[in-house]
Amino acid sequence: MDFLNDIPWMLIAASIAKTLFLIFGVVLPIVSYTVYAERRVSALIQDRLGPNRTGFPISLFGFEKDLQLFLGGLGQPIADAVKFLLKEEFTPAHVNKFYFWLAPVLAMVPALSTLAVLPFGNYLFGQKMVVADVNVGILYVFAIASIGVYGIVLAGWSSNSKYPFLGSIRASSQMISYELSLGLSAVPVLLIIGNLNLSQAIQYQIENGWLLLPFTDGNLTLRELLLWIPVLISFIIFTISMFAETNRLPFDLPESETELVAGYHTEYSAMKFALFFLGEYAAMIAGSSVIVVLFLGGWHIPFLPINTLESSTTPAGIALGFLHITAFFAKVVGILLFFIWVRWTLPRFRFDQLMKLGWLYLFEIALVNIFITAAILALVK
Amino acid sequence: MAYTVRRPNLTFWEKLYLPNIVAGLAITFNHLKKMLKGETKVVMQYPEEKWDAQLPEYYRGAPTLVTDEHGRERCVSCQLCEFICPPRAIKITPGSLPTDSKFAKVEKAPQAFDIDMSRCIYCGLCEEVCPEQAIYLRKDYAVTGESRADMVHHKAKLYELGGSMPGLVHKWNPDK
Amino acid sequence: MSPILFWAFSALMLAFGVSVILNRDPVASALSLVASFLCLAALFVGLDAFFIGVIQVLVYAGAVMVLFLFIIMLLDLKAEKRRSFNKFALLGGAAVTALFVAGLLKVISAFPAGAKPFPALGVASVDDVRQVGLAIFTRFNLPFQTVGVLVLVASIGVIVLSRRQLK
Repeated sequence: MDFLNDIPWMLIAASIAKTLFLIFGVVLPIVSYTVYAERRVSALIQDRLGPNRTGFPISLFGFEKDLQLFLGGLGQPIADAVKFLLKEEFTPAHVNKFYFWLAPVLAMVPALSTLAVLPFGNYLFGQKMVVADVNVGILYVFAIASIGVYGIVLAGWSSNSKYPFLGSIRASSQMISYELSLGLSAVPVLLIIGNLNLSQAIQYQIENGWLLLPFTDGNLTLRELLLWIPVLISFIIFTISMFAETNRLPFDLPESETELVAGYHTEYSAMKFALFFLGEYAAMIAGSSVIVVLFLGGWHIPFLPINTLESSTTPAGIALGFLHITAFFAKVVGILLFFIWVRWTLPRFRFDQLMKLGWLYLFEIALVNIFITAAILALVK
Repeated sequence: MAYTVRRPNLTFWEKLYLPNIVAGLAITFNHLKKMLKGETKVVMQYPEEKWDAQLPEYYRGAPTLVTDEHGRERCVSCQLCEFICPPRAIKITPGSLPTDSKFAKVEKAPQAFDIDMSRCIYCGLCEEVCPEQAIYLRKDYAVTGESRADMVHHKAKLYELGGSMPGLVHKWNPDK
Repeated sequence: MSPILFWAFSALMLAFGVSVILNRDPVASALSLVASFLCLAALFVGLDAFFIGVIQVLVYAGAVMVLFLFIIMLLDLKAEKRRSFNKFALLGGAAVTALFVAGLLKVISAFPAGAKPFPALGVASVDDVRQVGLAIFTRFNLPFQTVGVLVLVASIGVIVLSRRQLK
């Protein structure tokens, strides 16, 4: 039993704790409340009220009325989850059973795996707040995102019915097309930072100001000002491609209700459908987190002290560590609200417009943008 | 013949599409802001606010049975409403009046009168067809129940909902 | 890398590799291949070659196999599923495999350095992404450029050929 001593138990325990915190403590609540925000914001934008009644069901425990907080309806996600769990798990007779059951899992797992490399906070309790601080962080994110298409493709194919199949075909071509502009638009950022590690990306932004807001370090140089132009272009392209990668409106062609019923998850019900739903929103969270890390300084709050490894166990350090984690997820939630806002503003693209936009405009602009960035980096010191 | 739709000539900024997206975002944000400030009028919040007072006289709610000014049931169980009811929601068991009644020889009355409210489509044909003006669509619209059996309105319930409606056609009454 | 992980991923990879050949359903074969690629990527990561591992997933599992699957799903594959094993093909395959294994064994036995265990890898001073970049853009710059031109020519050729097909 020699090899048992070689296994770094502490590291594994810390990783598991961080993963559990990230998934069950942060991401799943954010997912469920993003769904709620989606319904509520869409309603407010359309001059309606949205779900405003479901309180926390404390009447089950003998209280007179359900607990209503703020705008009301905050218990809606709980009700939704219970509904998903209790509904009939229906598998149509004509489907390819094995892949039909496999597909929701494949939709959910990659979205959650992406979170492994995201630095969601500074040091806390003597631990760096990232599950796996690998030196290919951003590539890992792209790789896992590209795996995410399997869930959708298999769902459409195994459903053995035409609408899901059309949806999955659209999904695969759309995701492959936009992976290119997504990757290329991240290259200028990586050129500026000079590293693929996401923690290093944040470190660079702490020292030189956030890429999108270069004045956050207190001074603004000509070089930063010049680099701001390509960074802005890349930010726009990256965000647009992220919309397409996560199948959000205006690019939600794989599940466009008006043409394809519900696209690739037409035949799914109950918890299997919920897994697709969760996977989609988890992918949105992962995408927003990448945007935050690359362009908006990650967990950094300007003009505030930063924890070191030693100070992270003192009470002040612990407070600061939690503040940084909160800041990170506050930024993520901000981007998510932007996602929702855009969804209820823009109509859906046509598929040829989508392909044209991806291949003829975003791809080329991103490519040229790389050269501009490289030129600025080489010429302006 | 093929008809060519002339597309408008777009300026550079329109072709760029981004300014228009920003304009759209501004519009939706304004709606959001007005909603949050409470400036937008929203629809009636139903269980708290109700429109009952403004319901018009001709409102077609749940069908009910009515009694006349002497408290006699108007229905004579002719079963015309049962025949005309499109979803077959009405079921009548005809019966006779008690023998000690003054009108036992000339009229009948329903022994049972059931309207299945889970079937009723509120069309008002029963009201329309009734020769005795005994069945009326009143203003009850919130018909609820926890089972199918709950949704069947029996005779007692129908009279309770209907109440009395004086001053219509006079039923058989030798005193008048 | 822990030897347990190495054996686990190797076994998985080989199992999925075998299932690529044995499966009658082309979709199952393609997915087995994807799984096998993922295990291979895990092995690369175990060797601290994160870059290669991630590129393996990104390019093969994420792009190439998605396109494969895409094409397979669009084809009518009922005939493929009904097809049974061909005795001669099986024999031929076995013969080729045997030849290949024999050749491999001969090469390995003739390679003296392969007999003793490989020295443990030292901790690299620069991370592997930087090393790959440095190697490509300094030492192997010419081959890299040549390959780039070749790929460009090939892709232009594909476009030209597929255009002619349309007419």
